[in-house]
Amino acid sequence: MEVDGDAERWELRLYVAGETPRSVAALANLRRICEEHLAGKYSIDVIDLLERPQLARGEQIIAIPTLERRLPEPVRKIIGDLSNTERVLIGLDIRPSG
Amino acid sequence: MATPLEHCPTGIAGLDEITNGGLPRNRTTLIAGGPGCGKTLLGVEFLVRGVEMGEPGVFIAFEETAEELTANVASLGWDLDALCAGGRLVVDHVKVERERIDKTGDYDLEALFIRIGFAIGEVGAKRVVLDTIEVLFSALDDTARLRAELRRLFSWLKGQGVTAIVTAERGEGTLTRHGLEEYVADCVITLDHRVDHQIAVRRIRVVKQRGSNHGTNEYPFVIDGGGLSVVPVTSFHLDHPASTEIVSTGVGELDAMVGRGGWYRGSTTMISGESGTGKTTFAAAFADAACRRGERCLFMAFEESGRQLARNMASVGMDLQRWVDEGRLRIHASRPTQLGLERHLTAVYQQVEAHGPDVVVIDPITDFTSLGTPTDVKVLLMRIVDYLKTREVTAVFTSLLHDRGAEDPTISSLIDNWVQLRNLESQAQRDRGVFIQKARGMPHSNQIREFELTGEGIQLLDVVAGPDGVLTGRARARRTTEEGSR
Repeated sequence: MEVDGDAERWELRLYVAGETPRSVAALANLRRICEEHLAGKYSIDVIDLLERPQLARGEQIIAIPTLERRLPEPVRKIIGDLSNTERVLIGLDIRPSG
Repeated sequence: MATPLEHCPTGIAGLDEITNGGLPRNRTTLIAGGPGCGKTLLGVEFLVRGVEMGEPGVFIAFEETAEELTANVASLGWDLDALCAGGRLVVDHVKVERERIDKTGDYDLEALFIRIGFAIGEVGAKRVVLDTIEVLFSALDDTARLRAELRRLFSWLKGQGVTAIVTAERGEGTLTRHGLEEYVADCVITLDHRVDHQIAVRRIRVVKQRGSNHGTNEYPFVIDGGGLSVVPVTSFHLDHPASTEIVSTGVGELDAMVGRGGWYRGSTTMISGESGTGKTTFAAAFADAACRRGERCLFMAFEESGRQLARNMASVGMDLQRWVDEGRLRIHASRPTQLGLERHLTAVYQQVEAHGPDVVVIDPITDFTSLGTPTDVKVLLMRIVDYLKTREVTAVFTSLLHDRGAEDPTISSLIDNWVQLRNLESQAQRDRGVFIQKARGMPHSNQIREFELTGEGIQLLDVVAGPDGVLTGRARARRTTEEGSR
């Protein structure tokens, strides 16, 4: 993987509960945003809390869907279907590449 | 619906009485109240008592971490860590920090449902407490969505086979700040912690309870060494043990004035009188006699220190220090104004639990009257009397009378025996007299007997009757001399 000077790797997690339209939309939105702004330096891990409910406690998740930026630190969370790209960028603290 | 709601006994002292048997089973109860009113403690005790009754529990803590919660209730004797380790309890701290939550678009609280459901499944919980779910309102800042989600949550809880408590902050002019009472229709209880005449009083009230004939009154409650304790003013069953064993009053001649030679074990006696009539001495004589019998005595002294009490009683021939040294007598001295009424109950409970006395002296109970309204004081005394009777502890209270006969009749109805001490003034001399106002379940003398406090203790003098009644002091001396010279 091509890594720039900041050596930034983006490790993202999306918490869902089953395959609901909202979750599907959130994942699609996330993929699009990442491709546009973090191409080549991100990974997305989709966690279905119906299968791994203990992670809801361990990772302090209350809302579905929740996006968690695990890396770079600090950990940040955004809840919702990620339909507002601008707010996702702000929430993840991604400066639009210009 | 044809089937009446089943009750889930909380196991909290007095709460089941005022709710006619407990909270609605498999339903959600809302507990509303201001900060520090005891909501969280009530929730924790509901779960602790549940475990004792074989019903595991889940505590979802929105405000405190599991560590904070565990530390806060440790003083009440509840070991949450042990309950969790034993697979009887789950404490899940739901951490919500407003500044860390960004929202973009649609969401729901399904993850919270999953979390609660997972915790219920872990221990097979029958009881769930959500404390205080309202913090979500400020954290998410999304009232409309949250209301919809909470509505969904409460109806989901109904399907989980658990009896739940949801705590909420009291609102301005409403039961709860966010109107949770609209969703929780089965049972609503309010807690109140108000300061009246600089005295803190806790109260609990069942505002509504579907399908139940509940008490709508406010009831005082205390939080003491063993948890919450509600005092239902009128609904306590009088089913104390009634011993026929007699214990000495500590004064031989007074024993003789009571038909059976003393008080019944487990009875409550009040010694009242004006200032300086010797109330404390009578109470101390009772304590001294108990220690002589080899019994254990707790002496709650609200006017003087233990050392002062021991010194003063030594002057009338009672060696209390010896009993203290031997561990039979425990003198607990404190100023009543330091504590609110409820703390007094706590102090009595804690001392009784720690010392396990056969007899208890409270000297005086008068000081409680500075701490609250007459009703509050009566309820406090009723609670103390009930508690001591249930344990078959024989009790003596002293009470200061400012005006003759001004004794509150409601307090006298709580006690079994009443000894009155009087200053008898005649011929420029003040003498002391004692008579028995009442002694439940035993014949007793109607005479007023003069007594003296001597180096050998309390001495009742022989009755000397003159043409105008009992003679005391100089009149007695003159009459006795006259009789001797005849």
